[in-house]
Amino acid sequence: MSELLSLFKPITYLVGIILLVIIGLLLSVIYLIYAERKVLAAMQLRRGPGLVGPFGLLQPIADGLKLLFKETIIPSAANPFLFIFAPILTFSLSLAAWAVIPIDEKVVLADINVGILYLFAISSLGVYGIIIAGWASNSLYAFLGALRSAAQMVSYEVSIGLVIITVLLCTGSLNLQDIVLAQKNLWFAISLLPMFVIFFISALAETNRAPFDLPESEAELVAGYHVEYSSLSFALFFLGEYANMILMSAMATILFFGGWLPPLSLYPLTLVPGFVWFFLKVSFFLFLFLWVRGTLPRYRYDQLMRLGWKVFLPFSLLWVVLTAGFLMVSGRLPGLS
Amino acid sequence: MTTALKWLKKWVLFEILQGHWRTLTYMFRRKVTIDYPYEKGILSPRFRGEHALRRYPSGEERCIACKLCEAVCPAQAITIEAEEREDGSRRATRYDIDMTKCIYCGLCQEACPVDAIVEGPNFEFSTYTREELFYNKEKLLDNGDRWEAALAENIRKDAPYR
Repeated sequence: MSELLSLFKPITYLVGIILLVIIGLLLSVIYLIYAERKVLAAMQLRRGPGLVGPFGLLQPIADGLKLLFKETIIPSAANPFLFIFAPILTFSLSLAAWAVIPIDEKVVLADINVGILYLFAISSLGVYGIIIAGWASNSLYAFLGALRSAAQMVSYEVSIGLVIITVLLCTGSLNLQDIVLAQKNLWFAISLLPMFVIFFISALAETNRAPFDLPESEAELVAGYHVEYSSLSFALFFLGEYANMILMSAMATILFFGGWLPPLSLYPLTLVPGFVWFFLKVSFFLFLFLWVRGTLPRYRYDQLMRLGWKVFLPFSLLWVVLTAGFLMVSGRLPGLS
Repeated sequence: MTTALKWLKKWVLFEILQGHWRTLTYMFRRKVTIDYPYEKGILSPRFRGEHALRRYPSGEERCIACKLCEAVCPAQAITIEAEEREDGSRRATRYDIDMTKCIYCGLCQEACPVDAIVEGPNFEFSTYTREELFYNKEKLLDNGDRWEAALAENIRKDAPYR
């Protein structure tokens, strides 16, 4: 009996922590949606939601409830199993990635030594949910949207991969905590500024956000891969998309903005707990996401491909070589010393 | 030189950053929209909203059923029937406005010789049924009583320009 209990205790503890992470994430997602509506409204000189609750703070909850009570429609031509499976996949993948994100020193669910690879793999898998949704809907709009999305995510993953390689060259570790600690003196956003810019722009493309929101370009494709979705299945896509935005911001924070580290290791700044810094930095990136959406018009499809393959790929490749060469020549290559 | 400068501008994303600066400054500008049900825009004294039939301060209705408004109404939304009252004055027995036909051009109030029919500042008179928008004399007089203060004030403000 006691053996059983001792087996269960760590499991219940773990489940509790996981639930905590998921609830926190879902809350941030719905308030990210609220923030997006408010920020975009402000940039367009509008007011945004303000009726439900104080400052409209309950608006996302009202929207969510509205979606929950709608009917789930499965088109007769669709493949029902895959049709339902796709949003679940998208959503659970966007949550699964959070297992390795360190929000503070040693505050992480799974401190694995291949953290960055895991993150990269999970974010690459995200394209499957979209492809499956587009195919299973058996609708032309959805299919076109899914194809665009797949091509786009695959193209930009290449340059993201090269950016990550550059960071890894500088840290000599795949562990996310080590990557953060390597930025104790200087954030990679400063020392690797061009790569940081490429990473952020690629992250926009990777999460299908403006100005690369071609997969769901509402003007041409109605809504892209999720045209046929309604109710909870649509909500899962929606939440997954925004959770991916948060994930990408967290990745940018860890890779380039020094994770939970304060901007300078000076006295008053070090008093602030690490997760607050992490939260602030992620919020900053999320604001950037919204800001870009409020500013830039959508790219044309060929422009998007040109940027991805003919500008970002050669540029990041060149920068990898330059960085590697510089590290080698100056003898700073970690692991060699 | 210019090509080099253009090239540099392109690679430091100069114009994109400029655009972002513009949207950032717009974020903190005064909003152009208002919180409608709680906050309302300013209306001109000439605003042409819901119709009302006014009365004299004595309580006598102004309308003398001259039918000028009925004649001038381009949408033919007004129907008037008139009869002589016991005291010998001419009054409308029926004064109907079909608010679904009305185009709110204001010609009725221009035509009225006694300032009886006016278009007031009220624009929130939507209804659930179409029938409720067929106004009769009773409803119009009731509107007049309810909005008299605002109506009189608007007429006074606009008088110098007539």
